[in-house]
Amino acid sequence: MSDKDYLKDISEIKNLMNKSSRFISLSGLSGVLAGIYALVGAAATYWLVTTYSYGTLKLDGWVFETVILILFLVAFFSAATGIFLTTRKAKKNGDKMWDNSSKRLLVNFLIPLVVGGIYCMIILNQGRYGQTGGLMLIFYGLALVSASKYSIGDIQYLGYIQIILGLIASLYPGYGFWLWVVGFGFMHIIYGTWMHFKYDTK
Amino acid sequence: MSIITNINKLFDHRIRLGIMSVLMVNEHADFKMLKELLGATDGNLASHTKALEKADYILVEKQFIGRKPNTRYSATKLGKLEFKKHIEALEKLIKKT
Repeated sequence: MSDKDYLKDISEIKNLMNKSSRFISLSGLSGVLAGIYALVGAAATYWLVTTYSYGTLKLDGWVFETVILILFLVAFFSAATGIFLTTRKAKKNGDKMWDNSSKRLLVNFLIPLVVGGIYCMIILNQGRYGQTGGLMLIFYGLALVSASKYSIGDIQYLGYIQIILGLIASLYPGYGFWLWVVGFGFMHIIYGTWMHFKYDTK
Repeated sequence: MSIITNINKLFDHRIRLGIMSVLMVNEHADFKMLKELLGATDGNLASHTKALEKADYILVEKQFIGRKPNTRYSATKLGKLEFKKHIEALEKLIKKT
């Protein structure tokens, strides 16, 4: 065997290790779109609350219910777009969408996320809605960090940013809304764009 | 010449190297998964897993999932150690030139 063959061996080993343990067909574009949905949702919420609720949110009013609905819509459309674009990219790369690596990724992403979601609902039910913005950021950040081991490693840094924003939001609940906008809106767009150019355009 | 001695003859094949690579980062892998990842035929993969099993580098477990027989493989401590040695030897060999 010549040296060139050894070099080829090493790169093949690396490739197989990554391919068998990480799901790397995540689409950067879906991050950008998720950020845009979040901004649209936040703008609608802001408009609703300032126009109909005099800047404060009552827990039992229709405004509050609409805000929760907007939140679910943002989450739903983000997830749907993510699944759609990632499926498309996986097909293009010749990767399987539903294999061990994507299953592992999903499980590790969903555990912190679902726990956080339930916790936010409980907090909301107790009327302490000032904390929910920060909590959503923190749990979403933890979900990203936990998922990064099974996907493109770069998403862990987005996770750290969300966690930090979330902690700041818990300290200053008054800015929770704006930090949520920064985390879920702008950070997604910036990060998604960066990922898109780093991985998708190759 | 100590570097050369660490090059493991047993790993001197693309499929065997591939099997070990997958098992280094996964707790276990079944036959189908290895086949798809490595693009090997049934017979080819079976003979290479047998060779690695004989050397005690991998562990073979046969079980049933429902009614379907399923064979899954995992790397043994010895296998992982030998594989690491092999990779280090490869790296040294490349750096030397």
